[in-house]
Amino acid sequence: MIRLSIPARQALGRLTLPLLIASAVALLLLGKADALLAERARAALGDTLAPLYGLIADPLIRARDSVAEAGHLLALISENKALREENERLRQWQSVALALEAENATLRANLHWIPDPGAVYVTARVVADTGGVYARSVLLAVGPHHAIAKGQVALDDRGLVGRVTETGARSARVLLITDINSRIPVTLEHSRARAILAGTNNDLPRLLFWPQDTPPEEGERVVTSAEANAFPAGLPVGVVHYVGAAPMVVPAARLTRLDIIRVFDYHMAGIEPPESAERAGKSATPAAIFEP
Amino acid sequence: MPPDLARDVWRRLDTVARAAFPAALTALGLLLFAVPLGLPEQAALAPAFLFASVYFWTLFRPAAMALPLVFVLGMFADLLGSGPLGLDVILLLLVAALARRWRRLLVRQSFLVVWLAFSALAAAAIALSVALTALLSLTWLPLTPALMEVGFAIGFYPLLAVLLTRAHRRLAAAEV
Repeated sequence: MIRLSIPARQALGRLTLPLLIASAVALLLLGKADALLAERARAALGDTLAPLYGLIADPLIRARDSVAEAGHLLALISENKALREENERLRQWQSVALALEAENATLRANLHWIPDPGAVYVTARVVADTGGVYARSVLLAVGPHHAIAKGQVALDDRGLVGRVTETGARSARVLLITDINSRIPVTLEHSRARAILAGTNNDLPRLLFWPQDTPPEEGERVVTSAEANAFPAGLPVGVVHYVGAAPMVVPAARLTRLDIIRVFDYHMAGIEPPESAERAGKSATPAAIFEP
Repeated sequence: MPPDLARDVWRRLDTVARAAFPAALTALGLLLFAVPLGLPEQAALAPAFLFASVYFWTLFRPAAMALPLVFVLGMFADLLGSGPLGLDVILLLLVAALARRWRRLLVRQSFLVVWLAFSALAAAAIALSVALTALLSLTWLPLTPALMEVGFAIGFYPLLAVLLTRAHRRLAAAEV
């Protein structure tokens, strides 16, 4: 410890706060000016913490699951009944689906339709919910030689979750479709109209820029659109639900309780984001489509 | 090792551990709140915890929550989350600095007054956070999550204060 005279120490003490606040403001501006820097620092921290998160999360998730299981046991009889009914209904749908598949195959054979290339995916566990009040993202723990890259598409068992925005050696961050910076090209399934799905940081993202003559209908399914070459067409996103006059989308994915996510590599080249022209020198990545 | 030196080393380790306890507890809490526990509105809980923890320790154990340490904690929170880098640092520093300034007044008051002061401070900090985030991203932000966060911070403080007061008494007892 360096021994200072009392006045010197007092002066230093008075300077600490302004100095620290000034460096915080500098940090804020630096993070804004050079987004890559913050991203790299976060990826490094994420890499370090991913195994630790796994350690903390594992017993907690197990405890949560066993509590849920106990609840299930209590509801077993009624659930069984509901499932049987649902099974009955699904069996009818299955026959419809099989008939449609057969029809589809014949039609494709007649048209020389070139099928989409199959997608490769990596399954990863969500270890941390790293969003804040004004951000929605999750951290994935992945193996050291993973093939996850920026811009790849994340889905859970029900639908679209978001896209990968940062990758480290052992972790990857996925920006959810509910984040305020998320913009996703979608198709309204019934009218085939195109729209943009914009995150609001609330549970429901909102639809923007749909054609004037085809407003989204309540309950209409929303799927991704291949426009902009950032997503393959037809991934389930959610269902339209009006809140007041604003068409929102209830996400198909369970975004508030994500456990396991599949990250797909659809070999999308991605659009060059519009900002890339102004930001020559910075590498343009598909993830930049998320930036406002 | 001669017994005197050994005892000295242990005593020093003990002092360091006690001095590092508040900050370490805060950092650990931040990590815990990031784990997907499936709690409703979990995202709003972490900042509430952070503000409450820094405020409490600044009031009752200022030596263990020095301003540079607050800076480091804010940085840690910023890097963990995905908001603008440096925002939490500024907010935490302001909360800590104001708590430090009012410290002499507040420690003598009843819990209710300390709580009220915290509520005002948290509300102001969160309002500033919304304003700065909106300014940095040049968009209007919905106010509901911010209000929810203020509510969480205010509601969370008594719970945390009970636990932390216990920890604080333990530490104080060990020091005498």
